[in-house]
Amino acid sequence: MSNQPEWIYSDKVKDHFMHPRNVLEDESGFAADGKGVIGNIKCGDEMLVVIKVDKSRGVITDCRWRTFGCASAIASTSVLSELAIGKTLEEAYKLGSKDIAKALDGLPEHKIHCSVLGDKALRAAIEDYYVRNGLSDKVARQKEHIVCQCLGITDQEIENEVLEGVRNFYQLQERDKIGTVCGKCKEKAGALIEEYVKKHFSGEA
Amino acid sequence: MTKRKRAVYLDHNATTPLHPQVQNAMRKAMSVFGNPSSLHQFGRQARKLIEDAREEAAAFINARPEEIIFVGSGSEANNTVINLFSCQGSRSCEVPCLDSCRKEIITTSIEHPCVLEASACIKEKGTAVEFLGVDNYGKIDLKQLEEKVSGRTGLVSVMMANNEIGTIQDIGRISRIVHEKGALFHSDAVQAVGKLPVDVKALDVDYLSFSAHKIYGPKGVGALYVRKGAPFCPFILGGHQERGRRAGTENTLGIVGLGKAVAMRREEMKEEAVRLASLKKYLKEGIEKNITDIQFNGHPQDSLPGTLNVSFSGAEGESILLYLDMEGIAVSTGSACASGSLDPSHVLLATGVRQSQAHGSIRMSMGRDTTMQDIEYVVEKLIAVIAHVRKISTVSTGS
Repeated sequence: MSNQPEWIYSDKVKDHFMHPRNVLEDESGFAADGKGVIGNIKCGDEMLVVIKVDKSRGVITDCRWRTFGCASAIASTSVLSELAIGKTLEEAYKLGSKDIAKALDGLPEHKIHCSVLGDKALRAAIEDYYVRNGLSDKVARQKEHIVCQCLGITDQEIENEVLEGVRNFYQLQERDKIGTVCGKCKEKAGALIEEYVKKHFSGEA
Repeated sequence: MTKRKRAVYLDHNATTPLHPQVQNAMRKAMSVFGNPSSLHQFGRQARKLIEDAREEAAAFINARPEEIIFVGSGSEANNTVINLFSCQGSRSCEVPCLDSCRKEIITTSIEHPCVLEASACIKEKGTAVEFLGVDNYGKIDLKQLEEKVSGRTGLVSVMMANNEIGTIQDIGRISRIVHEKGALFHSDAVQAVGKLPVDVKALDVDYLSFSAHKIYGPKGVGALYVRKGAPFCPFILGGHQERGRRAGTENTLGIVGLGKAVAMRREEMKEEAVRLASLKKYLKEGIEKNITDIQFNGHPQDSLPGTLNVSFSGAEGESILLYLDMEGIAVSTGSACASGSLDPSHVLLATGVRQSQAHGSIRMSMGRDTTMQDIEYVVEKLIAVIAHVRKISTVSTGS
């Protein structure tokens, strides 16, 4: 209907929400080479991503998922699965929330941090693949670690936020909503901010 | 999903469409532009409309016309009452202000945010505020209330019917307990007036808030009942309107709408409540029979006739809401996603619903235009939507 007011998300989000791609239907039949789970249904979002890998070429040949979450969580995991298939493990590992948001023609700002967790689930699946195949050294080289379990916020993201001006936990919380669910990460996140501020801005007062 | 599509509005607790008769009354009143405070004929014409509406509203809850103050919303009515307690006594007070030794208010953890926020605000200004918990059905514990109300308590505020889960409190018993300790009692009856019989004298309340747009009246107008002789201090200052209790030129058109809405409720409410209760029973059974791993929230009996709140395990509320929206069905959710915060409904959490269940909750609130065909359609679509959401969810259920 043309007289319908605009939907809250882009048409691309709507399309992926209404017609999700690559949903994992039969987990036991899929025989995944790598599996990653991120989030927590207590927090409102949980994602599972499984991959199949062409071992000789190191390329993701299939990527399936399941998501408990809102429309943007579902659409973002769906579009991520399309982005991941055909990429090398290294390329896929670099996919981030910005790539997902871009592929969806944008997402509301407040939705990016709380609902776009698929990229992290994919990285977890890739790491799982590395571990299963005796390539654990590759995992160690990927320095990112999750700090806030509920929202999947990583140390690298915190470092980026510091570079963009965040100086304490509360400023970070304003932007990322970190620690607003269970609050367990507050101390760790605070210490990291201090560390990154020292690392990048030790010259400042 | 099938092509069959209709528009089914099941969000009457959020707001309601204007009753056709209310529209007529308001259309007529649109040409009345005089300031009700003016002494000339234009003013008197507006004044007459307002006072007629006041009589209508007062009679509906068994109050006297002079006990009704028209305000801008249910939220304003609630804020006005909660803020009485930060009053230190001033020239604006129409009655001597509250006893200074009674500087504590008690409310509940399932109130509307306007009561919770107003209470949090006066707490910062030095008023002690206590929050009563509720049981799994959303009822407050009367024993706990009895223990908490003391000689220090100035006001107790308990909502009559909850907007999210529909649970109705035993207001008469609560007011008795409160008055025995000499405190004042307020009830936010925004979801109750016009859906249940409300008699302020029988219930013995000192203050009571209600709103027009929840009962097929216009938005932007509400009413506050203040028992004759109850302490009062205006929230909005600077005018003699509403007997000096609420400054600002009266919203004549809105007040006419409220009056007509109440008049129509008087005619239709009783029959509608019976009809909605049977629709709700059908909806509840339809869900129960066809969808596994569900949980109904709220009180099984003492509940608003048209309100049903249900949690679906493994399905997230905003997704359910938006998939239903695609089928033309409008509902609301207690999921965090829809609210823009990360916490699911404070009401559901207060009733002991687990966070994961609260994220998967849907509220369906029916009204005068809801038909049996609508409910059949909703059950049919809900079965398909829940199956779909669960299929793509990380949480597998037994279905």
